[in-house]
Amino acid sequence: MNVDDFRGDIPTLQRVLGNARTIAVVGLSRNWERPSNFAAKYMQEHGYRIIPVNPVYDEVLGERCYKDLTEIPEPVDMVDVFRKPADLPPILEQTLAIGAKTLWLQIGVIDLAVAERARAAGLEVVMDRCVKIEHARLFGGLNFVGVNTRVISSHRMKTIHN
Amino acid sequence: MAKDHEFGFETLCLHAGALPDPATASRVTPIYQTSSYVFDSADHAASLFNLQTFGNIYTRISNPTTAVFEERMAALENGRAGLAVSSGMAASTIALLTLLEQGDHIVAARTLYGGTHSLLDFNFKRFGIEATLVDADDPAAYAAAIRPNTKVVYAETIGNPVINVLDIAGVADVAHDAGVPLMIDNTFPTPYLCRPFDWGADIVIHSATKFLGGHGTTIGGVIVESGKFPWDNGKFPGMTEPSAGYHGVRFYETFGDFGYSMRARLEQLRVLGSALSPFNSFLLLQGIETLPVRMDRHCANALAVAQYLVDHPLVEWVRYPGLAGDPYYALAQKYVPKGASGILSFGIRGGQAAGARFIESVQFLSHLANVGDAKTLVIHPASTTHRQMSEEQQIAAGVAPDMVRLSVGLETLDDILWDLDQALHQSQR
Repeated sequence: MNVDDFRGDIPTLQRVLGNARTIAVVGLSRNWERPSNFAAKYMQEHGYRIIPVNPVYDEVLGERCYKDLTEIPEPVDMVDVFRKPADLPPILEQTLAIGAKTLWLQIGVIDLAVAERARAAGLEVVMDRCVKIEHARLFGGLNFVGVNTRVISSHRMKTIHN
Repeated sequence: MAKDHEFGFETLCLHAGALPDPATASRVTPIYQTSSYVFDSADHAASLFNLQTFGNIYTRISNPTTAVFEERMAALENGRAGLAVSSGMAASTIALLTLLEQGDHIVAARTLYGGTHSLLDFNFKRFGIEATLVDADDPAAYAAAIRPNTKVVYAETIGNPVINVLDIAGVADVAHDAGVPLMIDNTFPTPYLCRPFDWGADIVIHSATKFLGGHGTTIGGVIVESGKFPWDNGKFPGMTEPSAGYHGVRFYETFGDFGYSMRARLEQLRVLGSALSPFNSFLLLQGIETLPVRMDRHCANALAVAQYLVDHPLVEWVRYPGLAGDPYYALAQKYVPKGASGILSFGIRGGQAAGARFIESVQFLSHLANVGDAKTLVIHPASTTHRQMSEEQQIAAGVAPDMVRLSVGLETLDDILWDLDQALHQSQR
């Protein structure tokens, strides 16, 4: 297995993003210029419920912020991680403990052993991808600014939560 | 996990970027002939201007028809993102200005297209950006011209009007050793014949007016980035530091592998204003649909014309990189193996006067200053585009007094040969 095996083909990414409604964002920053804030705000504006997870804050993007995943008192579909790879093992344990279906590791958050364990435990795993960029690539946005989305189809783009 | 299917070049020419229209299900990309787009709310407007969400604001910045052309070109070049502009000259100007400021330096091939030569040697010079023009054939010459303030190396896959083929990989190594991108004008081959990113180039520009549009109807240009250049290597603070030109955005951090295109769009195109018309984008898309079949025929006809002229008693010399024995034949075999595009030059017996008479004697070949039309085009540079120069200056610029340039079109080959032959005979009277 290598990182490419976890980047996700187009049908996988469409299914994962199309099925998720609630995304817990681990390491979400309050600073609007940080990539985590940019991405989470984008997903929030496109209809997803964002649950911030960061021990530093009480609230981010108008949502209550939790210290870790296990504190969240409602079901979570996807865990989206903006933390360094060394922090991943407990995040994986908590993801499994709360019954989330997908573990999404952002660009540069790479740990093959964790990804393989997560997949073996039944999680859908996407690694080294940005949730905002992939949403915009597959459900509209990047195609407005000339990005090569690699989507070839004779069917209209499914615009979701938009 | 399955890998996504890799679509072939011909499929991309027809489909890349062009899903059925989301609003109407129109299969053909509609012409969105609008200047502006409504905001859903004050918050939506703020989000768009902050680049927190993607969307259209004003056609000078982006347009849905033009975006299809941009994505299609990015796909054809196997790049990450494209930016369409109003002409090929707008493409080179914006592509370079995105990276350059006063005091910076460019290393470029000496054999550039005249308009690009003026841009580097006159327009940029007025603003304190200097260019060193070097022997296009020698990677060591590019290396020797690099300075600490060099920010880009610039060359053409196939030069105009010398019709020289670039050692792209050799020059890319020189650029990367210096920590700067290699920018390639890929107009003559089009991505069907050569994809410079495959050989290490970082940014490609086109005059889409030529073979891409293909029918001589439309002025347009495009810039494509590979998405692979490391803009955080310390030489490009404009890519990594907050932009004074756009809301303090850090383009590389925010947009990653399409940060250069976004910077070109928002810092340069937004302000300089050379946007492509949506109608022109539509015409260019229509042209690109048939690019592969047209290029095959352009190449086949050009090679046949070159072989015919080599044996013609009134022709002194022929230059076509696809012709065995041409000085650039080996490079052409490496970089444009499917064909050396449609442009060739030859020397007419009788020099400048015969050249002028030849041009006046053609019956259906068109005497004009373009290339890459479906129709065969012909020009005698010494009596037209370069007539203000002395004979010595013309020769230094690679324009011999007896040189005729042909852009070989898609007419019946025998008819092209017939018109050339009768005009060659008229030229000797």
